[in-house]
Amino acid sequence: RVSLLRLKMENDSVKLSKNLLRMKFMQRGLDAETKKQLEEDEKRIISDEHWYLDLPELRTKETLIIEEKSFVPCEDLKYGRMSFRGFNPEVEKLMAVMNPRDEEEKQEQQQQLSRMQMDVTDEEMAQRYESLVGTMKKKFAKKRERAAMEEDDVNQNVAGTKRVFLKPQD
Amino acid sequence: MFSSLKEKVGQVLLPGDEFLFEAENTISLTGHVKAEKVVCGPGLRRSGDRVLVCKSGVLRHKQPNMFWVDSQQRRYVPTKGESVIGIVTVKSGDVFKVDFGGSEQASLSYLAFEGATKRNRPNVQVGDLVFAQFLIANKDMEPELVCIDSSGRANGMGVLGGGGLLFRVSLGLVRRLLAPHSEVRSDLEKLFPCELVVGMNGRLWVRSSSIQQTLIIANLLQSCDTMTAPQRQELFRRVKQGAL
Repeated sequence: RVSLLRLKMENDSVKLSKNLLRMKFMQRGLDAETKKQLEEDEKRIISDEHWYLDLPELRTKETLIIEEKSFVPCEDLKYGRMSFRGFNPEVEKLMAVMNPRDEEEKQEQQQQLSRMQMDVTDEEMAQRYESLVGTMKKKFAKKRERAAMEEDDVNQNVAGTKRVFLKPQD
Repeated sequence: MFSSLKEKVGQVLLPGDEFLFEAENTISLTGHVKAEKVVCGPGLRRSGDRVLVCKSGVLRHKQPNMFWVDSQQRRYVPTKGESVIGIVTVKSGDVFKVDFGGSEQASLSYLAFEGATKRNRPNVQVGDLVFAQFLIANKDMEPELVCIDSSGRANGMGVLGGGGLLFRVSLGLVRRLLAPHSEVRSDLEKLFPCELVVGMNGRLWVRSSSIQQTLIIANLLQSCDTMTAPQRQELFRRVKQGAL
């Protein structure tokens, strides 16, 4: 229909308005030249409408002074809710959460406690696991490998005498 | 660079005192030294390259570069992020007006409570006490309180339940109560099982197992303001023995 319109337009030498031509459904039938012209027009309109301030660029100097209005970060003040001697267990839980420094101290205490209460030292543990290595290895090995390993063990234990299959005598 | 401030640490400053910071003209031999930043806390005000003192008190310093003026005052000036105890005075539509003892009433949105939605309004009545923190505290704008933190959790904020007692102390005592290794707090801890809510605006709320004990704690804390440490310890000991 558009091409029909165009034909008609050329014939009648009547021009469609710019706004009409800019509409989406009219774009298909337009030829390249008019399209370009329309685009240019549009660009000019946009740049005309674009305002800017004709000012020199403001350069802010880096300030070395920061203002802080609150006492809380200065004096490391704690959270304002507190409960003593288990009056309100919820608040006591909250105190532990909201006062992180408290928690650190507690953790340190706990670490110290755990150090004191340790029954098995790290060295003992390492020694024990050293002897366990073979057993653990066996646990994760496949059946065939396990058999081979056992053979090795046997070989180690009974050094020299190699076991061979003895054919049963009739 | 901040040596002029450091020299005055521990001394009394008066409003109007000023410190001038100029970029150092001397060329250091070690080459480019990264400029230090200084944090000036309450009582100090920045004005260009100067730092002005606007409260009288003792200059304090904390590592690395924090300075503030330690002063005694009773008038609370709202500060962003601080938590206070307020009294709900007006309930109008979608905001509550809260009196926190400052020059102006703060607004508190009904949506600024944990779990509150447009359908599920929090149960707040006029006269209720709320423990809330400042979201907006600006000298040019109306202060705004919220009862949730940035992740939407209450964390102990909100309406305070019944059975407690609200009273006022000086702002200095509040800071002494909240200090990391507070002696007042450890003394109080030895007395009775109790619960304490401390607002930075100088309001304290106490609850304990009986009215008598609550009143004793309230009176003790109010008198703590003007007592030295030995006096306070003596008094607390006498209370514990049941003399009062």
